[in-house]
Amino acid sequence: MTATFIHPLTGFIEKTFVITEFELRKLRHDFTELVTRALQPALWLLIFGQVFSRSGMMHTGNIPYLDFIAPGILAQSVLFVAIFYGINVIWERDLGIVQKFLASPTPRAALVLGKGFSAGFRTLSQAVIVYCLSLLLGVKLNWSPLALLNVLTIVVLAATLFSTFSLIIACIVKTRERFMGVGQVLTMPLFFASNAIYPTDIMPGWLKVVLHLNPLTYVVDGLRTCMLAGSTSTFGLSLDYTAILLTTTILVFIGARLYPRLAT
Amino acid sequence: MAEIVLEIKNLTRRFGVFTAVDDLTLSVNAGEVFGLLGSNGAGKTTTIKMLTTLLPPTSGEARVAGFSITTQAVGVRGAIGYVPQAVSVDGSLTGYENLLIFAKLYDLPHREQPARIAEALEFMNLTADAKRLVGQYSGGMVRRLEIAQSTLHRPKVLFLDEPTVGLDPIARDAVWKHLVDMRANYGTTLFFTTHYLEEAESHCDRIAIMHLGKLDALGTCKELEASLGPGHTLNDVFFHYAGSALDSGNNFRAVSAERATAERLG
Repeated sequence: MTATFIHPLTGFIEKTFVITEFELRKLRHDFTELVTRALQPALWLLIFGQVFSRSGMMHTGNIPYLDFIAPGILAQSVLFVAIFYGINVIWERDLGIVQKFLASPTPRAALVLGKGFSAGFRTLSQAVIVYCLSLLLGVKLNWSPLALLNVLTIVVLAATLFSTFSLIIACIVKTRERFMGVGQVLTMPLFFASNAIYPTDIMPGWLKVVLHLNPLTYVVDGLRTCMLAGSTSTFGLSLDYTAILLTTTILVFIGARLYPRLAT
Repeated sequence: MAEIVLEIKNLTRRFGVFTAVDDLTLSVNAGEVFGLLGSNGAGKTTTIKMLTTLLPPTSGEARVAGFSITTQAVGVRGAIGYVPQAVSVDGSLTGYENLLIFAKLYDLPHREQPARIAEALEFMNLTADAKRLVGQYSGGMVRRLEIAQSTLHRPKVLFLDEPTVGLDPIARDAVWKHLVDMRANYGTTLFFTTHYLEEAESHCDRIAIMHLGKLDALGTCKELEASLGPGHTLNDVFFHYAGSALDSGNNFRAVSAERATAERLG
């Protein structure tokens, strides 16, 4: 035992990054995951995107439909990867790993946020894939360093948000079977009730209300603003960031309260 | 009079109408090796979960290393080590990394970390395998690494939930040799549950037998044997107190988890 006093906030930040660091170290030993994940955005962009862009059904203003959905598909692949992150903690619970961390003096919120960030960094590979596909399809991208930095930041934050949401579900359902069920049920509504693959002005009024409550909407808007050349933001980048950060903070708080349930 | 490091008073835990631990009172001295015995569902694991602050008690109180489990949980967590029954090290990290993360989480001074980890690896006879992924370790090595991990910060009390389940006799002996050495070197108090009576007999200073959530017997093995009259063994003692319980409490999840652990380690 050490007797040195460590300020709670410094301790919290430090522990968060310890958890993130070791979650990422695990990745080093297994790369297959990164490769298999590339498939889904490729299908959406190459098949769905190409077909719908030829149909001419979607009116996306001054940007072509393929350009329009490229950031949407990036947001979607971040969502799909992050929303199943919670299965890892169920796995760790079935072993005794969660219990051991909970019996250590690590702040609960650091355990939750640390895992969230690691999911965030893991998801960066999706950005690389979507950029490669976009290049291939002739999407006009914004290559300014600031825009790229914003895209990467939004991807990390969005994955942190949805993986923390996923972790909360895991804390509630506790078993793999139920978790997969709930995960499947949640992803499609989050995806379809957003601005990811169609312009919002064709939506009915009630759906627009849901859309504005859906954090994915702000992720898509932020990504679309920064990723495309000559694109304008619907909500403004600062509102996008505020919505994402606020939701993440609330979710980390809830997650920290629920995480000890995994030990019982 | 030895210092009391663990003091349990009227500790009770209910799950709905089921009382898993019923009014448990006992104390453990510093440096003692204390075994908690009982059939499945006797309340051993629930007791350990309460003492390690993973599960709040329904009523009652306990103090671990001077900290209250209900009001000073963080203090308790800093003073204890915990080896759960299931595998608690990460198979996708190396042995060294598994120790490093805990050195950091327990705020060991940065400069001391390498030496402390090296010492723990040496002590548990794992130095040669430190850079291998734990997923490739044998069951006995996994358990020794878990003990190294939970004792890196020199806890006052080490809680072990069936530390030798699923291990072959040679691996079990090795684990116990290290545990006994650790007590001798660092004065660590060991509080553990087990199903193996011969383990309790050869290693424990005192044992407690729980039955259906209640404490039924407490004392040294010799005392408990003598209490039944001359010529009795610890086996007789166990059957006398816990024998009537035919596999009372465990549910499907607990059983499958236990067997999975045994399979992973074995």
